[in-house]
Amino acid sequence: MRLILRRILTQIGFEVLEAEDGQVALDMLARMDEPPELATVDWNMPNMNGLEFVTAVRKEARLRDMALMMVTTESEHNQIVRALAAGAHEYVIKPFTAVAIADKLALLGLVPNGATL
Amino acid sequence: MTLTAADFSYVVALVRREAAIVLGPGKEYLVEARLLPVAREVGLGGVGELVAQLQRRPDPSVQGRVVDALTTNETSWFRDREPFTALTDAVLPQLVQARAATRRLRVWSAACSSGQEPYGLAMTLERALPAGWSYEIVASDISAEMVERARAGCYSQLEVNRGLPANLLVEYFERVGAHWRVNATLRRSVAFQRLNLAAPLPPMAPFDLVFLRNVLIYFDIETKRSVLRNVGRLMRPDALLFLGAAETTIGVDDSYDRVPAGRASAYRLRTSAPVGVAGKG
Repeated sequence: MRLILRRILTQIGFEVLEAEDGQVALDMLARMDEPPELATVDWNMPNMNGLEFVTAVRKEARLRDMALMMVTTESEHNQIVRALAAGAHEYVIKPFTAVAIADKLALLGLVPNGATL
Repeated sequence: MTLTAADFSYVVALVRREAAIVLGPGKEYLVEARLLPVAREVGLGGVGELVAQLQRRPDPSVQGRVVDALTTNETSWFRDREPFTALTDAVLPQLVQARAATRRLRVWSAACSSGQEPYGLAMTLERALPAGWSYEIVASDISAEMVERARAGCYSQLEVNRGLPANLLVEYFERVGAHWRVNATLRRSVAFQRLNLAAPLPPMAPFDLVFLRNVLIYFDIETKRSVLRNVGRLMRPDALLFLGAAETTIGVDDSYDRVPAGRASAYRLRTSAPVGVAGKG
């Protein structure tokens, strides 16, 4: 699923970096001069899950402009509520199509230069 | 049917290459139906012309639209977005002033398909209208099956992923098994009925807003004219008509003026006296 998402995002025009869990992602973010425009976040990850990652990111002012989009099989109503309350901007339930990802990116105002959605 | 065997083969190869989708024989009707709007959107008369253009000048964005049209079965929520943003930003604030005496609005979603448009209008109105206002939405479609589906208001996970902001999903929908169903607020706001736009319309109380989106393209010019004329008779004098992104009344029916509505275009019945337009009156 990570590969499919990577391919979709690459086709749309993003440069994609991957992290296998929330803690690795936070470490990568700390080393970057400029945060990415978007983080797609699964819920269930070892070490630090998606909800914890979102919570941690939203505490950092320098990451304020990075959009957070959950992409996960977790689809209970209260889970989506919790994710949004923790600071996720969008939520995509798996399985998803490329067009659905593109739609959500448009909602977030994220269209890389020259890309057509 | 304007689709030749060669055209169909071209489309089959394109979709297989770009999306790993296999369109078997017998799907010519689907290609014709799904690609006609795409052809119109890029200013061409039919699917044959679209294929010819793609063969002459492969354009990734047009190819992308072709692939999308054939591979997505789900209608998007808030399709094209701008008409809905226009309601919130420009049209509803004006209507709120214009209807201050009655504080109610009537809206018609005139080709409602599986219901995303009327429920999307309901969500928009719920959030944009001040307290104390009421609204009713009439939603109609020629297909009784679609009307039933829309009335049930039940959508799959794939369908709710299409253009519906997550915060609206949690506010207006309930999980029912693997599906999501519109909640009572939305259900009671929309009244569904079967209706054939190309036939004489049933009498209805006049509307303040009409959404007639992406349906005129399926009609010939004479039917387009009669539909626009009949719809116009059901609009209040200052009501606004919204068409699909690639559609216009210009050249079809001169009883409408095009007016700006936020960043979208809308159509208002032309009257002999000057009517207050956006920003004036």
